[in-house]
Amino acid sequence: MKTLIIAEHNGKQLSPAVQQAVTAAQFWQAPVDLLVAGGNDAIVQAAASITGINRVLHANAVYLAHPLAEDVTNLILSIASDYQVILAAHSSFSRNILPRVGALLDVAMISDALTIHADNTYKRSGYAGNVHNVIRSTDNIQLLTVHSSNFAAASLGGSAEVINIDVPASFTKTRWISETHNLSDRPALSSAKIVVSGGRSLGSAENFEEILAPLATKLGAALGATRAAVDAGYAPNDIQVGQTGVVVAPELYIAVGVSGAVQHTYGMKDSRIVVAINQDPDAPIFQVADYGLVADLFEAVPTLTAALN
Amino acid sequence: MMKILVAVKRVVDYNIKVRVKPDGSDVDIDGVKMGVNPFDENAIEEALRLKEQGKAIEVIAVSFGTQVNQDVLRHALAMGADRAILVESTAKLQSLSVAKLLKAVVEREQPNLILLGKQSIDDDAGQMGQMLAGLLNYPQATFASSIKIEGNEATVTREVDGGTETLALNLPAVITADLRLNEPRFVKLPNLMMARKKPIETMSADELGINLEPRLKLLKVNEPPARKPGIRVNSVEELLNKLRAEEGITL
Repeated sequence: MKTLIIAEHNGKQLSPAVQQAVTAAQFWQAPVDLLVAGGNDAIVQAAASITGINRVLHANAVYLAHPLAEDVTNLILSIASDYQVILAAHSSFSRNILPRVGALLDVAMISDALTIHADNTYKRSGYAGNVHNVIRSTDNIQLLTVHSSNFAAASLGGSAEVINIDVPASFTKTRWISETHNLSDRPALSSAKIVVSGGRSLGSAENFEEILAPLATKLGAALGATRAAVDAGYAPNDIQVGQTGVVVAPELYIAVGVSGAVQHTYGMKDSRIVVAINQDPDAPIFQVADYGLVADLFEAVPTLTAALN
Repeated sequence: MMKILVAVKRVVDYNIKVRVKPDGSDVDIDGVKMGVNPFDENAIEEALRLKEQGKAIEVIAVSFGTQVNQDVLRHALAMGADRAILVESTAKLQSLSVAKLLKAVVEREQPNLILLGKQSIDDDAGQMGQMLAGLLNYPQATFASSIKIEGNEATVTREVDGGTETLALNLPAVITADLRLNEPRFVKLPNLMMARKKPIETMSADELGINLEPRLKLLKVNEPPARKPGIRVNSVEELLNKLRAEEGITL
C-alpha cells in the first residue's frame, strides 16, 4: 500500500500546504510519494526536504509550465495503479483536478476532509460549515482533499529521493492563455487575518467605501460584504461573505451594520473573534459576536478608525 | 450555433438555517423551503446571455431527482430556458452518479457547451463538473468569472486562489460558474406563467443502466459546536481595551 500526494506550486515555490498534506497522509502509515507536475529545481528540492516522505516524483514537460487539470489528471492516471490513497491540500488547484481523476478511476472523492477518523472514514462539512458529516468511503482507492489548517505542517530537513517520471501526451483541446495575481494592497479575503464586513445598513456604495475602507486600511484587513449589501449594489459580488460567497475564518471579524442572516453567518462563524457593531440591539449578529457594540455605525466606525495606532 | 445544457439542483433555500434530525442521521429538510442552487442560477443566466448575444440557439435545463424537481426546472424555464428534462430517480444521488447521468444526457442532446454551477450549497463538494468533463474527455474550466465564445472556442477567466487564470477551450466543453460570472435575473410573474407552457420531458434514470449506489455512506450528521456567548461593550474604547487586553490582538 502506498500514498500519493499531489503537490501544488505556483511555478516559483512549493505551496506550504503540501507540508500539512504530508502530515495528513501519515494516517495510512504507508510510504508517501509526492508528485510535482512541472516546476523548477527549487520546488523539487523543497518537496524533497519535507520529512516523512519516501520519494518525489517529478514530471517535467514544456506543457506543464502552467499545469492544466486535464494534463495533471492524465499524469496522475498514468501512475495511479501504484496507490491506494491519493490526496492533496484543499485549494482551487486540487479542487479543479481531483474530481476529474475520481471520475476516470470510478472513485468517489472526499472534498475538504476536516479530520480523518479511519482509513476510509472522514469528517467534512456541509451547508458552508453549518453541519458536520461523518462519511465512509466504500471505494478501494481513497481520493481526497484535506482541510490543511487542521493538520500540523511536517517539518523540513529531510532529503527524499527524486525520480523523474515519464509524462503522457498533452491534452490539446485546452490552451493556457494568461494569469493575473491580486495586487491589491489588501490581503485576499479568504486568507486575511482580519476582515471588516459591511451590511445593508451602510446605505450606499459611497458610505461603504468612506466608512469601511479607512478602517480596513488601518487594520491591514480585507473588506467583506453581506449578500444584502451586494444585492443593493453597495459592494462587488466577489467580496461577498457567506454560503453563496466566500467562507472566511480570520483571527478577527468585524461586522458593521450586518443583521446576521444565516446565509451570512454560515460564512464567518468560524472566525476566532467576532465583533459586531449594529444599531439594532436585537440583530441576530449579536448571537454569534464575542463583542457586541450597539451603536450608530456612522459614529462608531470613524471613532474606531481614529483610535487605532 | 450552439446548444447549451445547464444542470439545475434543488437545494434548501440559502436563507434557511438547516437543522439536524434528532437521531443524527441526516439534515431535516421536511417541509423546508427549497430552491435552485444559487451557482446553478449563475449558469442559467450565462447560458441565456449567450443566447441573447446570438451565440446560442437553445438552452436546455436538466435536473435529477423526483417529480418535486419540476419546480426548479420551471424556475429555469421562467428565467428563459427553452425546454427542460427531468431525469427521474429516487436514489440518493452523489456527484459521481450525477456526472454519469448527465453524461448520458449529453450523449443524447449533443450540446456544444455544458454550463454548471461550481458547487451546490448543500454538499459543498464542487466535483460534478470536473467529473463530467473527465468522463466525456472534454476540456474543463471551473470557477468561471467570464466567458467569451468565438467560433468553436470559449475563452474563460477562472477565479483561482490569489488571482485569475484565463484558458481557451475547444468546444464542446464543460464550464462551471462562480458567483462573479453574472447577476441572475429576477423571474417576473408573467414569465412564470409562460413557463408553464414550456415542455418538461421526463426520463427514467433506471433506463440508462447506470449503477447509482452511493459510494460514500453517511454515518453521522451533527451540528458543529456553538460559539461561546459573547458580551456587550458600551463604547469603542471599551471594545478596543477588550480586544487588546483579553484577546491579545495588536491594534
